[in-house]
Amino acid sequence: MKLELGNIIINDIQFCEGSKIENNTLYVNKSEIESLILEDEHIKSTSVDIARPGESVRITPVKDVLEPRVKVSGKGGIFPGVTSKVDTVGSGRTHVLKGVAVVTTGRIVGFQEGIIDMTGKGAKYTPFSKTCNLVLACYKEDRVEAHVYEKAVRIAGLKVATYLGELGRNIEPNHVETFETIPLMQSCRKYHDLPTVAYVQMLQSQGLLHDTYVYGVDAKHIIPTMIYPTELMDGAIISGNCVSACDKNTTYHHQNNCVVHDLYKKHGKEINFVGVIITNENVFLADKERSSNWTAKLAEYIGVDGVVISQEGFGNPDTDLIMNCKKIEEKGIDTVIITDEYAGRDGSSQSLADADESANAVVTGGNANELIILPPMDRVIGHIEYAEKIAGGFNGNMDEGGNLTIELQAIIGATNELGFNKLTAREY
Amino acid sequence: MAKLIVVHYINQFYAGIGGEEMADHKPEIREGIVGPGLAFQAELKDEAEIVATVICGDSFYNENMDEAREEIVDMVKNYEPDLFIAGPAFNAGRYGMACGDIASAIQEKLGIKSISGMYLENPGADLYKNKLYIIETKNSAADMRKAVKKMAALALKLVRDEDIFSPEEDNYIKRGFRKNIFEDKRGSERAVNMLISKMKKEEYITEFPMPVFDRVAPGHAIKNMSAAKIAIVTSGGIVPKGNPDHIEASSASHYGKYDISMYKDLTCEDHETAHGGYDPSYANEDADRVIPVDVLREMEESGRIGKLHDYFYTTTGNGTAVANSKSFAAEIAQELIADGVDAVILTST
Repeated sequence: MKLELGNIIINDIQFCEGSKIENNTLYVNKSEIESLILEDEHIKSTSVDIARPGESVRITPVKDVLEPRVKVSGKGGIFPGVTSKVDTVGSGRTHVLKGVAVVTTGRIVGFQEGIIDMTGKGAKYTPFSKTCNLVLACYKEDRVEAHVYEKAVRIAGLKVATYLGELGRNIEPNHVETFETIPLMQSCRKYHDLPTVAYVQMLQSQGLLHDTYVYGVDAKHIIPTMIYPTELMDGAIISGNCVSACDKNTTYHHQNNCVVHDLYKKHGKEINFVGVIITNENVFLADKERSSNWTAKLAEYIGVDGVVISQEGFGNPDTDLIMNCKKIEEKGIDTVIITDEYAGRDGSSQSLADADESANAVVTGGNANELIILPPMDRVIGHIEYAEKIAGGFNGNMDEGGNLTIELQAIIGATNELGFNKLTAREY
Repeated sequence: MAKLIVVHYINQFYAGIGGEEMADHKPEIREGIVGPGLAFQAELKDEAEIVATVICGDSFYNENMDEAREEIVDMVKNYEPDLFIAGPAFNAGRYGMACGDIASAIQEKLGIKSISGMYLENPGADLYKNKLYIIETKNSAADMRKAVKKMAALALKLVRDEDIFSPEEDNYIKRGFRKNIFEDKRGSERAVNMLISKMKKEEYITEFPMPVFDRVAPGHAIKNMSAAKIAIVTSGGIVPKGNPDHIEASSASHYGKYDISMYKDLTCEDHETAHGGYDPSYANEDADRVIPVDVLREMEESGRIGKLHDYFYTTTGNGTAVANSKSFAAEIAQELIADGVDAVILTST
């Protein structure tokens, strides 16, 4: 399966009469976006805003972040099984609006939505301070329940991202990258002298408001399976979860899965990267046992020498992470796990909820409990009053000067467990 | 700026009193510099002055810890120093224990910045590294010159409230605190490189060495449930409606204790959850789903259990540090024992 990714660099977003891309600027007709969002009967009202890197803007509570893409050739459309038909994606050509993100916000759904600061101290912890963001604030009809509201906002994000991606269909990309994964047996013959590597991606599936969708299927109900890495680039996996902001994988993270990209960089040179095993993080023990048995079995069956395992969320999924690691190591396959830590605000507490000595190669995205003081911003898109309630906040955490003391946990993507950032933790 | 005042602690050997045979030497304090203090004074130059030296035999300190500690703290207090230096103790175990204990006590009780120096395997290092900056030394006094240099440098940083850098940069023994830093490469790239090294059997450094967990043995089974007083403790975040004590949705800093003696059944009118780690809809609809007060009341009435304790204890387990959980549990357990509770139903989510 071969995919060309054509990156159209976008340096700015402007509201305008007609939506278009011109001179690396994305022009957006605001009312068209609003009517798209209001198509959903569960959404009562919406407001659409722009937040640019360096502006004194705070977006909160953020639910999801998405990257606009369009399939120019090859089967299917972006977000298959959800907003496009369920064709197998991942081949042909896809155009990407690089530098743009769609950010969804609104009244809080659970407790676990986060913050994006476009400037100041907090900006360096989130990748979305570096993108031009089209922010969709969506408000529900009164009687709509939390999980229905979540779905409506999720679909709004997908629709707007698709609408914007479509604008890039006939634009000449600034640069094109090519990614190819050939069938397993061929790949093993072609790169017979290289170690074979797969990527085990754990998908958040702890329950209502903690979900991920694969081709439209709730990941709770999947049995671990294999997927071509390029399928991810076409939106085969989307986020439907409100897990703590710092270590949830937004849809943007799935589209730009950095483990996939970094494995491709070494593919054919130092390793033979054969594909992605996806698995879930269910809450029942039987599900945990079954899924980890299957990841180990699949890794053994395809005959890999090593795997990178990435986690999503923390606490309960630590057990899935350790089960996966332990069982795959027992098959004689080398593992590296990517996680993050909850070591307490002073960093002296135990970082993970589970541990095993076979997890001897760990990459960490940092201690999510570490406190940060965020300076006040000139403008808030969304609702700052939730800053005490969201995970990582606490009562009375804003001083008279407007400084917000909060755990990194509350910042979108701060301790991402795909390894999206440079942040890590060390023992001091 | 006035010179900083320093008090130094050494054992009987470095004071020139004698070796093992003099290890019972009782604490004394002498004006000015004794023994290795000379080397410290040379390093501290004009910035600080060692005004007094405490001397105590290693056996005396270790065998009379409370007494020695109290006496020495009193001795040091009179000098109102800015800095307290203990050792270095290198690989001398009892000297290390004494240095670690007295330096942390001075720091804790008098609020005076303290520092010591030890070999990594000195038992004092392991015991006191989380309370104190301990410079890592070699295992013998042959390392004195270098050890003193490193100790003096970090001591001055401590007194001046300067940023303390990593253990490698500032030469102290790792203290067991996880601290965030930015790496040059993103995590996924570090993971791929680590995997390649691991597969090649080359050396790599894990970013998080796995901890060893403590295990708690379950208590004995209760023989007569019909006479037992049962309490509910939960990390599921159930609180009286409105969360009166503001228990955090995640990373709880405290727990709550609430009276349920007037409730037969919890409802959405009176209870809800503060927990941020799960969809609160079902818990808010009926808090009995997290803490089964309704069922326990039925059991109380039918005589299956003796009594449901009048109070339940609650916090949110979501992202809450283990150290916090341990301290909550220690307090809660004491109260439960005092209230004559025989067994606890612990519910999570």
